[in-house]
Amino acid sequence: MARARERLLLSYADPVKAIVIGCGRVGSSVAKQLQRTGWDVTVIDEREEAFSRLGENWAGSYIVGHGMDVDVLREAGIDDKDDPALAVVVATNGDNTNIIIGQVAQKRFDINCVVVRILDPARAEFYAARGLRTVCPTSNAISVLTDAVRACEYTPPENIQRVKVAG
Amino acid sequence: MYVLIAGGGKVGANLARVLLQDGQGRPKHEVTLIEQRRDRFDKLEAEFDHQVQHGDATELHILEHAGIARPPDILVAATGDDEDNMVICQIAREKYGVAKVIARVNDPRNQAHFDLLGITPTVCATSNIMALIEHEVPEHDLIHLLELRKENLEIVEVQIDKDAPCAGKSIDRLQLPEDVKVISVMRDGHAENVLGTTELRAGDQVLAILQPGKEDELRRALLKR
Repeated sequence: MARARERLLLSYADPVKAIVIGCGRVGSSVAKQLQRTGWDVTVIDEREEAFSRLGENWAGSYIVGHGMDVDVLREAGIDDKDDPALAVVVATNGDNTNIIIGQVAQKRFDINCVVVRILDPARAEFYAARGLRTVCPTSNAISVLTDAVRACEYTPPENIQRVKVAG
Repeated sequence: MYVLIAGGGKVGANLARVLLQDGQGRPKHEVTLIEQRRDRFDKLEAEFDHQVQHGDATELHILEHAGIARPPDILVAATGDDEDNMVICQIAREKYGVAKVIARVNDPRNQAHFDLLGITPTVCATSNIMALIEHEVPEHDLIHLLELRKENLEIVEVQIDKDAPCAGKSIDRLQLPEDVKVISVMRDGHAENVLGTTELRAGDQVLAILQPGKEDELRRALLKR
């Protein structure tokens, strides 16, 4: 872990390892974006057909298996002696599966940068308070939608004049 | 006692049934059972009435509706999904201060995750049956019989075969490692308590209590291997 970070600082040319668990719409896009910016990405999904989302030009690795399976995480190189993973992104379609895999990566494999997708805002908040880096698309959608509606209030139609009322 | 059970499958439902009855039809304990599947819930509701709550027991509002904030004396996470059981236990203990949680392990490969997260005690039917099979057909000279995780102790059984160097020696003369105590000997179908003067014989099955990790030291002391 420490060595991987050191390498990141020393040489940007040398790709740094990231593991993405769950190759759905979110996971596959994150994997592609990370790879485009120079990361060495391995994607894990239970269903082989999910990897088609990575496209034909996918140059990273993928492993068919379950993210709860420690052997699969090891095969992905999570604790490689020479080249351990720097970051783990957990984005399967199960909140609780993500929560547990995230904690395994963090506590068992000492991965500093673990990011976990949790759809339920209540669980996302609870685990964030316990030190897990959580991303809650539901909360994000709620605040973006609410802000969008509120922003409407500040552009009143032109034909309505604001009149200052005395008193 | 107030017991909250997550998961109304065979394990959860039978547990609720036993906890609720004392044989004379009088309620023994207070129970709330949470079940997610509609078809199961309908059947359970017909039997247990208002003591069943419909919903996902990993959602905080469902847990709260079921009374987790009281909090219950014991929560049992007995769903068929290990991830759910782990999350339910973490939320119960850390958010609502439930003093005692018991978790069902469905896939023994997930036991390490329960241990990592400090969720104890756990019950795994597969592991229990495996331990019983090993006890019946000793393929190994040392078998784990019982783990007392909280106490950091375990009880193991060692098979003394005719080549074992400890055969013919009394317990006092064996150089047993520290933190290892021989508690009983199974001989000719009877269990006998062990004294310092008890002499071990070939064919004995020795029960010992020790800290996890001391198995190899015990094996060396008794069997020299």
